[in-house]
Amino acid sequence: MATAESTIGQTRISEEELNRIRAAYQQKSSTNVISLLGRIGFVVLLLVIIVYTLFPFYWAVKSSLTPTNDLVKTPVTLWPERLTFDHYRTVFNDGGFVRALANSAIVSFSVVVLALLIGTLGAYALGRLKFRGKTIILYLILSMTMFPAIAILGSLFQMMKQFHAYNTLWGLVIVYLTFTLPFTVWVLTNFFRAMPEELEQAALVDGATPMRALREVLLPLAIPGMVTTALLAFISAWSEFLYARTFTLTDKAVTVQVAISQFTGNQQFEEPFGVRMAAAVVVTVPLLVGVLLVQRRIIAGLTAGAVKG
Amino acid sequence: MNIAPRKRFGWSAPTSAVGRQQERLGWILVLPSLIVVFAVAIYPLFETFRLSFTNARLASTREVRNVGFENYRRLLEDDQWWTSLKNTLIFTVSSVSIEAILGMIIALTIHSQFRGRGLVRTSMLVPWAIPTVVSSMLWQWMLNDRYGVINSILVRLGFMDADRNFAWTANPSTALGALVAVDVWKTTPFMALLLLAGLQIIPSDVYEAAYVDGASKWQQFWQITLPLVKPALLVALVFRTMDAFRVFDLIFVLKQAATETMTVAIYTQQTLIQANRLGAGSAAAVVVFLCIGLMVLGYSRMISVEEG
Repeated sequence: MATAESTIGQTRISEEELNRIRAAYQQKSSTNVISLLGRIGFVVLLLVIIVYTLFPFYWAVKSSLTPTNDLVKTPVTLWPERLTFDHYRTVFNDGGFVRALANSAIVSFSVVVLALLIGTLGAYALGRLKFRGKTIILYLILSMTMFPAIAILGSLFQMMKQFHAYNTLWGLVIVYLTFTLPFTVWVLTNFFRAMPEELEQAALVDGATPMRALREVLLPLAIPGMVTTALLAFISAWSEFLYARTFTLTDKAVTVQVAISQFTGNQQFEEPFGVRMAAAVVVTVPLLVGVLLVQRRIIAGLTAGAVKG
Repeated sequence: MNIAPRKRFGWSAPTSAVGRQQERLGWILVLPSLIVVFAVAIYPLFETFRLSFTNARLASTREVRNVGFENYRRLLEDDQWWTSLKNTLIFTVSSVSIEAILGMIIALTIHSQFRGRGLVRTSMLVPWAIPTVVSSMLWQWMLNDRYGVINSILVRLGFMDADRNFAWTANPSTALGALVAVDVWKTTPFMALLLLAGLQIIPSDVYEAAYVDGASKWQQFWQITLPLVKPALLVALVFRTMDAFRVFDLIFVLKQAATETMTVAIYTQQTLIQANRLGAGSAAAVVVFLCIGLMVLGYSRMISVEEG
């Protein structure tokens, strides 16, 4: 994200000075009753925003821990009255669901590793080297990042059948490259390009090959960017539904998104609300943990593309 | 991020040995990515175009014939297709515009300095990180007619009678609206973060100057904030429009292929996979692709305008 440089006229003023001016400016506008009301309104607005964004997930967690008898009791209570881990037990005792979790993990990890391996090389070339055709390739990659999956669903289905890739994990990995690879190349290209030019210049002058400059100078610096890219690619692979739903059929390859969308649990006589919510929480928690760990970089990464255009 | 390379590289061959070496290495490194993209995206896309002019079926040994524009003609005569298109447009326009307005309000709120700002920003990432399938299931449960928390809250606030269990997603007249609400919840935070980034690059002395000149907050918004945040807003709008236009999971998980909420993506998927009509489905896929392609084109033009 770009930081705005504060200059008044041509003279740069120090950060402290600027803060003093700002403080004075803000104080002026917050001395009367209207601004007190404004402040209360502001806090209420903030609370509304937080509740709006977080309540649904809170509700999933709450429901997943509430005994079924309480779930179907009216009126609904906003806090759990009794807690139970039964729903989670049911979820993890369901062989199909556990298998689907494993399938999703295998597919998502493999596709991220593949995309990073292939994509980093391509991104280095596109970001740091000069060669003819680069512009066209960049535009191609960019348009691929916005490619609608539905446009190739049918022909991919036919290809999957042809290569006996239907209902296999490796088939799904290859198909998932359609959206993870262009994304990886695109983000990393911009990442490489943003690095100062002198970086590998020194290594090149010392007689290192471009590949060595990549390995020893650029890659170590690119690791934070690669981690963020990997996480974003992982999230998109883990959450993918259309391909998974179309190209898998049995426990052997069904991913967790397909599994939960059809989740019925073991109860036959009542609707398994609690179990479904437990499954939903299990599927979401790994992503939330990852996102919270690298949240700063994610916000920067998500927004960098949109601002400067 | 710049979309176009810093300088356009001409087609003349490099003259120096180092240049030639770099050119070779560049192509070698980019080749694996190109091969994958061609194999899993571009080739299938051409196949889709080709198949859309045939009577091909999935899992059939029937001889494939060329039928010209027959699939397209039938598509345009299919009421179901028009319903899907109408639903998709309603869904796209309403969700994207609500998201833009809500996103702007949220972004402006978070933009000011206050304690706990980081926490609010973090909370915004939660709906974004939750898989779409999960958010559909979650809202399905919250909107449940008998035990859902939404109806319960509405009853408690006096907006609804306790004995009238309104089925938001099952009722054909409210289903699409309920789905828009789910989409708005899921993607508004993302929109807000994009807009927030746009707000943050506006230097604060512009506002200080406006304040000195006696401009009201309202005037400041319309005359400073909005014009300056416009590039970020436009990009966010186009991204979201493309996303909303191809919506599949969110609706499919909740409503499967119900007519009242069928979108063009669901129509295409059903024709291709459920009905095995590879040719007809491919024609629908081509139309969806062209619609989104037009949006991408508009988007890239907007960016080159920015650069010029």
